[in-house]
Amino acid sequence: MGGLDHLGFILDTVLHLSVGIPRTLVLAAVSLSIGFVLAVGVAVAVLAPARVPRKLAEGYVYVFRSSPLLVQIFLIYYGSGQFRGALEFLGLWHFFREAWFCAILALALNTGAYTAVLIAGGLRSVPWGQIEAAQAVGMSRYRVFASIAFPQALRHALPAYSNEVVLMIKATALASTITLLEITGLAKQLSAETYRPFEVFAAAGIIYIALNGMVAGGFGLIERALHRR
Amino acid sequence: MQALVATDIRKAFGPLEVLRGISLKADKGDVIAIIGGSGSGKSTFLRCLNLLERPDAGSLWLNGLALDFGDGDRARTIAPATKAQLRRRLGMVFQSFNLWTHMTALDNVIAGPIHVLGQDRKAAREAGMELLGKVGLADKAAAHPAQLSGGQQQRVAIARALAMRPEALLFDEPTSALDPELVGEVLQVIKALAAEGRTMILVTHEMAFARDVATHVMYFLDGRVEEEGAPDRIFTDPRSERCRSFLRKFL
Repeated sequence: MGGLDHLGFILDTVLHLSVGIPRTLVLAAVSLSIGFVLAVGVAVAVLAPARVPRKLAEGYVYVFRSSPLLVQIFLIYYGSGQFRGALEFLGLWHFFREAWFCAILALALNTGAYTAVLIAGGLRSVPWGQIEAAQAVGMSRYRVFASIAFPQALRHALPAYSNEVVLMIKATALASTITLLEITGLAKQLSAETYRPFEVFAAAGIIYIALNGMVAGGFGLIERALHRR
Repeated sequence: MQALVATDIRKAFGPLEVLRGISLKADKGDVIAIIGGSGSGKSTFLRCLNLLERPDAGSLWLNGLALDFGDGDRARTIAPATKAQLRRRLGMVFQSFNLWTHMTALDNVIAGPIHVLGQDRKAAREAGMELLGKVGLADKAAAHPAQLSGGQQQRVAIARALAMRPEALLFDEPTSALDPELVGEVLQVIKALAAEGRTMILVTHEMAFARDVATHVMYFLDGRVEEEGAPDRIFTDPRSERCRSFLRKFL
């Protein structure tokens, strides 16, 4: 087998695996969106003066950052089967028996914990004087948060968040362990059929690298646009 | 006609009594200058007037809006709506400007009118541009705070306070964070506001300016009003020895 043959097969495989790109992107986009909304609430709770919501939020962040994502996925996908009766009673079983649902739930809970830390850090970085200036014009607590604190927290958290998005796109590969045929799942299948794991997984790696290059480029543009002002 | 009255305002931070019963009466159009050494309670008192600090005791009255803080009863809460109402009727200008750094100068000016007064964006922008023109910064409407000098930022902050059409303006050492060559442009704007007959309470270290624009001067010492009166008398013939020696440092 010559080098050209390897290269040709890799290129063919990239095309074959590209069927999985939308699935990978949907897994990442949906779980990032849900995780982000969750993270805003958790970040606010982490900074709350009230003890109970703060401790709950801190506990959630600690648990999901300290355990492997793969374990979280298995726990939700395989573990939920043991509670089938209760889940059926609650009308939730048809969600939990879906690998898609379990993968997105695990990914969202995981990124929610990391993103909450980023947003909380961004909120802490907003100078107190600017908050007081907003209070001094009579803004409500919600308005101070929505118009003054949160937009600045986002700007502060943006570089670290682009890193989180890259990590999440890579983390979607773990969904292949619970039957989902996204990029990595398709690659495992193809590798078993062709006995050419080198080319197949190289092709998969190339696709992830290209996707994350676009993510990094996109965030770079946003950061530069914000910095120019 | 009375505009703003504070009666027997008290405030302690832990064991430290910062305000030991301070009263102030401002008629409409009064410019009250508060002077005194650092730690005398000037800024804390000003911050009590719009509840950025919660007074422990005393009462406030602003054109019919009355707030009673009880007598050392810290458990008594002030309804958020009452607090917001007082604040939107009082303009505040801070020592360190505190412009919102993610917004343009114009957006800083119109955020309050839009989000608090419920003005529509177009009307708010027109009024905002007019105010920026008034403080000499119409050409800086699209600039962000980081692109402005300290003096320009403070003038935007004054326009931001004016945009709420406040019944009285509070200035907390508005020129103390400025380079000396930028102080004049800010004082000029404040002086023009005084000439319009606006009610203003001004904490300041600019003695010549206080003497020039104030209708009434209060000298604070250790959380009390040590001496107060007409500026000409306070600055030429203070009765209190402490006030006299304080003023001597500025001559």
